[in-house]
Amino acid sequence: MRFIRSHILICSGSNCQLRGSLSIMHALEAELIKKGLYQEIRIVETGCLGLCEKGPGMVVYPEGVMYTRVTLADIPEIVEEHLLKGRFVRRLMTQPADGEDKLTPLNMSPFFIKQKRVVLKNCGLINPESIEEYIAAGGYQSLAMALDQYSPDQVIQIVKDSNLRGRGGAGFPTGRKWDFTRRAEGTEKYLICNADEGEPGTFKDRLIIEGDPHLVLEGMSLAAYAIGADKGIIYVRGEYDLSIKRLEQAIRQARESGLLGRNILGSEFSFDIDVCLGAGAYVCGEETALIESIEGKRGEPRLKPPYPAQAGLWGKPTSVNNVETLANIPSIIEHGAEWFRSIGTATSSGTKVFTLTGNVVNAGLIEVPMGITLREVIMEIGGGIPGGRQFKMAQTGGTSGGCLAEEHLDVPMDYESLSQYGSSLGSGALLIMDDSHCIVDLTKCFLRFFVHESCGQCTPCREGTAQLYNIVDKISKGRAAGSDIDLIEKLSRTMQISPLCALGQTAPIPVLSAFQYFGPEVRAHLRGTCPAGICNMKGALANADS
Amino acid sequence: MGKREAIAAFVDQPGGLIKALHRLQDQSGHNFLSPQDIELAAEVFDLPTASVWGTATFYSLFSMTPRGRHVIRVCESAPCHVVGSLNILSELEKHLGVQVGETTKDGCFTLEVASCLGVCGVAPAMMIDENIHGNLTPQSLAKILAGYA
Amino acid sequence: MKSMEELKLIRERMKVTNGARHDQRQTQIVIGMGTCGIGAGARNTLLAVMNELTLLDLDNVSVTQTGCMGMCEREPLLEIRTIEGESYLYAHVDAERARRIVANHVQLGQPMTQWIIKRGQEAERWANEKRSLHLSTNPVD
Repeated sequence: MRFIRSHILICSGSNCQLRGSLSIMHALEAELIKKGLYQEIRIVETGCLGLCEKGPGMVVYPEGVMYTRVTLADIPEIVEEHLLKGRFVRRLMTQPADGEDKLTPLNMSPFFIKQKRVVLKNCGLINPESIEEYIAAGGYQSLAMALDQYSPDQVIQIVKDSNLRGRGGAGFPTGRKWDFTRRAEGTEKYLICNADEGEPGTFKDRLIIEGDPHLVLEGMSLAAYAIGADKGIIYVRGEYDLSIKRLEQAIRQARESGLLGRNILGSEFSFDIDVCLGAGAYVCGEETALIESIEGKRGEPRLKPPYPAQAGLWGKPTSVNNVETLANIPSIIEHGAEWFRSIGTATSSGTKVFTLTGNVVNAGLIEVPMGITLREVIMEIGGGIPGGRQFKMAQTGGTSGGCLAEEHLDVPMDYESLSQYGSSLGSGALLIMDDSHCIVDLTKCFLRFFVHESCGQCTPCREGTAQLYNIVDKISKGRAAGSDIDLIEKLSRTMQISPLCALGQTAPIPVLSAFQYFGPEVRAHLRGTCPAGICNMKGALANADS
Repeated sequence: MGKREAIAAFVDQPGGLIKALHRLQDQSGHNFLSPQDIELAAEVFDLPTASVWGTATFYSLFSMTPRGRHVIRVCESAPCHVVGSLNILSELEKHLGVQVGETTKDGCFTLEVASCLGVCGVAPAMMIDENIHGNLTPQSLAKILAGYA
Repeated sequence: MKSMEELKLIRERMKVTNGARHDQRQTQIVIGMGTCGIGAGARNTLLAVMNELTLLDLDNVSVTQTGCMGMCEREPLLEIRTIEGESYLYAHVDAERARRIVANHVQLGQPMTQWIIKRGQEAERWANEKRSLHLSTNPVD
């Protein structure tokens, strides 16, 4: 094989493609040909590098230099200076050059140093469209090892011991879920990978699939082996074009290589995967609604029990697992339960992939050990608040998560700690907001989402979300009274216990936390003032009881 | 290919109804499902009309009223809201001369709002048909729209 | 694929590819690519190095370029940095010398002493000093 002295990895994730990474790639190719360097340098499409907001991004190896916000006009300079003469194009570099003459290795730069990449280990390092590159990076070894050395029960035991909990939002222990499904009666069982990522602010599953689709397939195969399923389905959002394309391609490659299909790697285990597309409904992220949708029906949540582990798809035992959960499995099998437990905190093991959005310098995709503080994530990895403004609040876990204020910046990000403050890890969305925003206006925005996405099946959710919205709308217009705040409180408590599924149960969370931690700002609206100057108070009523 | 033939292939597929509805909507010419389409699907799939109607109206990607050749879906979820999606929406309304939910007189665009599109890294964002446009500014809209007119 | 063996074969075959994507590989070959280096034929040196690496099927080596090394009259200059951190600076490295340096020094671990002008800490210190003169355009790790 020809010696290639340099690899240029260009992010081809959705965010970077939207910023023109594909045309950058073509221009680079043309420039290398023009300069006669094409034979010695390889251009590789790769998965998300994490700095989505600064895309398009690329990394040049062997030096490990990362360039961001690359434009077509920069290409000749990168080729002439860096690739021909070995001089870095400093103005496009993300990592600081320590002591001037030393390049800080990429994995030591502030954006990466606090990260721990398990799920994203190949993202930005391999070509997601090549099964061979995945295998070269150690891919499908865990599956081979499990088929060769472990019984399904042993796989379940390892996952149980690892303390892995679902990464989709609810945080249910994965090993136990698999155990229920394995022990359920019946020979026909299903494994569903939930890629119906709809939580606002979340795009991790999309970028995991785009950056390393085979990792998800391998995780699914291991899960299917453990629970005794021979059929798997990935339910993907209909809007996720590139994810769908990469998955379908990866499945085709795995079939051709005999890593999906009958008697995988010469074992007794047979397994195949289909892709199923969603049609635009947030509630389908709920596992029973998702199953209904796969069956071609309205995606309305089912009454539980029975849980999917007993009666899921077509009434058969089914395990539904999130993309990120499954993407953890190959590493857990490879390195063992103890290794996984050594990352994170005592009760929340491993890492968590977060998507940083809103008013933060390094908006993008990160993976950190559980238990890291919000301050580290926002101020160090995230690079702080842009435009010289002040941090006001962060919403963790997506729109169904709680709003945290400055006094919570040192709360560890794990399942237990966040729930103490009325929030959650949820899907890993982290929305950062600066002091230009109004808490009431934001709450209205959160509620509008729930009004729109409530499936309408059960009353507390359908009517509750609409009423909450109406009351908060009233507050935002200065037409509410103190009693309205009590009403929100009462209605929220009802909603937290009565709806059929998590959508209705969690809808009040952002409202309750916002009103608890930003009480004075909310009450100012009762007096007809919006301190941030966002809400239109023209029709405000003067209230005496505020 | 007639509509009936186009969807017949989905009958044997598990959960094929949703795929069939997608196909019918694509073939409608106006990005929507007509009462006749619903009737047809019910007949082909041997389901009660009400149940097909129920499925079709549940998902936001299906429309029961005729739409323009291109459907614009502006994300109104919190991450886009925080970085100015409302300005984008009002600029679009002004530029197209329609409100959310309406279609331009020439039948070119229908303006809709959508929940999170999952590209928050380039917020504020919108989809036009299958294409995502991100990092929107009120100034960048006219050029994007011109690409579809 | 029928067995773990085949999986292993693919992994071996692809090692070269993924090996290039680490910040540091074991042995580094650094070639001076300043204006004078290029003028003295450093591109040919680089191509010869790569050709020889291909022929010998060596994959645990990284090839990078650097700017002017400060001894223009001795260009093309080529530096070998070993896993142990030893540094050797070769002068007047044309294509033929490059080929033989790779074959002997990189592959077999036998430095071609007759062409070496600096070595060990001396070479490193010297190289660092020279580099510090060219900071603005010439950062090297």
